[in-house]
Amino acid sequence: MIVRLLGVGALVAAAAVFPAVAGAYPVKLLQEILVWGVFAMSLDLLLGYAGMVSFGHSAFFGIGGYVAALALKQSPHALSALVLPALVAALAALVIGFFSIRVSGVYFIMLTLAFSQMFYAYAFQVAWLGAEDGIIGVPRPRLLGLDLANRTVFHLYLVVLVALAALVLWRVVRSPFGHVLRGIQENEGRMEAVGYAVQRYKLLAFVIAGTVAGVAGSLYTQFVGSITPDAFFWTTSGEALLMVIIGGTGTLWGAVLGAAAFILLQSLVSSYTERWMLILGLTFILFVLFAPGGIVGALRGRVGRRA
Amino acid sequence: MTLASPVLLIEGLTRYFGALSALNGVSLMIAPRERRAIIGPNGAGKTTLFNLITGHLAPSTGRIRFDGAPITGLPPHAVARRGISRSFQRTNLFPKLSMLENLRLAAAADGRGSYDLFGSIERYRAPLDRARAVAESVGLLGRLEEVAGRLSYGEQRQLEVGVALATSPKLLLLDEPTAGMSPEETQRMTRMLEGLPREVTLLIIEHDMDVVSSLADRVTVLHYGEVLAEGTFDEVKADPRVYEVYLGGAG
Repeated sequence: MIVRLLGVGALVAAAAVFPAVAGAYPVKLLQEILVWGVFAMSLDLLLGYAGMVSFGHSAFFGIGGYVAALALKQSPHALSALVLPALVAALAALVIGFFSIRVSGVYFIMLTLAFSQMFYAYAFQVAWLGAEDGIIGVPRPRLLGLDLANRTVFHLYLVVLVALAALVLWRVVRSPFGHVLRGIQENEGRMEAVGYAVQRYKLLAFVIAGTVAGVAGSLYTQFVGSITPDAFFWTTSGEALLMVIIGGTGTLWGAVLGAAAFILLQSLVSSYTERWMLILGLTFILFVLFAPGGIVGALRGRVGRRA
Repeated sequence: MTLASPVLLIEGLTRYFGALSALNGVSLMIAPRERRAIIGPNGAGKTTLFNLITGHLAPSTGRIRFDGAPITGLPPHAVARRGISRSFQRTNLFPKLSMLENLRLAAAADGRGSYDLFGSIERYRAPLDRARAVAESVGLLGRLEEVAGRLSYGEQRQLEVGVALATSPKLLLLDEPTAGMSPEETQRMTRMLEGLPREVTLLIIEHDMDVVSSLADRVTVLHYGEVLAEGTFDEVKADPRVYEVYLGGAG
């Protein structure tokens, strides 16, 4: 336990001081990994713990991103950057979840996908969201007197927030509520039979995941400085699913590893060939066939099961 | 029948599957502390009766009252919360979770702690203690950390009953708890069920007549979805109609 805690602490510290030893491009890659890592972790709460395969998680990423963009343009404060995106994403998750959790399996996949595509279609068309160009030139917020336009400050802010999001999710999956989710994933019918109002737990999980995804979307807007309708597109959900599956479902940190693998592979391969998607697809197929537990599963297989 | 008002009162329960009636006008009265066996040939409607009581199926007509209040049409989790718990004919566990966790989840069902997002499991002593106590009473205390899917078939059947018991029900419905068990395992299960506190009213579907005779106060015989006979084991055994449709075939 202590070894683990030290390990995690060292990892966070390493991420924090990374800009001191690395150039601008690697730092950008790391930041991209961190943002997508949060998004993938929030999806893992649904996929890996509650057994809910959502194909519409981009809805909350996009909502967080757009709300942050609109709000930061009005006033560049922490409220605009974090609180508002999280709240709106939570509300959206409550509404979408309310309808989606009534069905399961393929129907749940289709329904969540449909909801996210509705947002895409809307954002793509309306002028107040910048239509297909999205919203550009979003300023970074000022937080506790710190100017996040400063590159070092922004990096530290990102690392701290990502660590916080990871900590929150880590607590949630280990809590009594998290154990209920695992029970639902394992055997929903029996959970119902022993007295759990399964729908309520699923809805709460959906809202938590949506909220964290909203924060990830907001961080994305702050990181890039703009947001486009692509944030809502189904490929955003699909990429997050790939990250979670490549990394290993039901582990949280697998989602971050998956995000790292995905983004590094993408940047590495795309500098050699235009067909990086082909390589990525092949990697994914190999993982599913030979390492169904993802990167984490493969690592655990090597060092022996610990948890 | 008895002075106490019935724990479970079923009136004219009917359930159709298409044009077929799986259960046809069944009425039952179970007294507090009673141990009642439901017997009958395959397809007699025994499991359908359980599914109707626990809300897994909605009745076509008829009423069910538990503890004086109507429970007809309630969803399974609401029925369970009122104090009715069941085990399943086909083992229905959390195969990848430990035995302790299987029992703890049932013991903690929908309690105050279940919505705790940031606390730890250890903070809630009562479900953990209950899980351990049940593990002991079903004879599995030595294997708390074993993953349920890796237990032997007999142990899984014991755990199946344990999970139902862990919710601390007032009424326990057991659907063929000894199905597929060896004679020794069946004996152990019977002793365990005999040892249950009398406060737990028992309704048990069972094919093994030794289990029925040693456990049940009264026996209800279902046949083609209707109550064919009801009485003590000896009364039912002596009933020529029962002999014909059921016991005769079984030898």
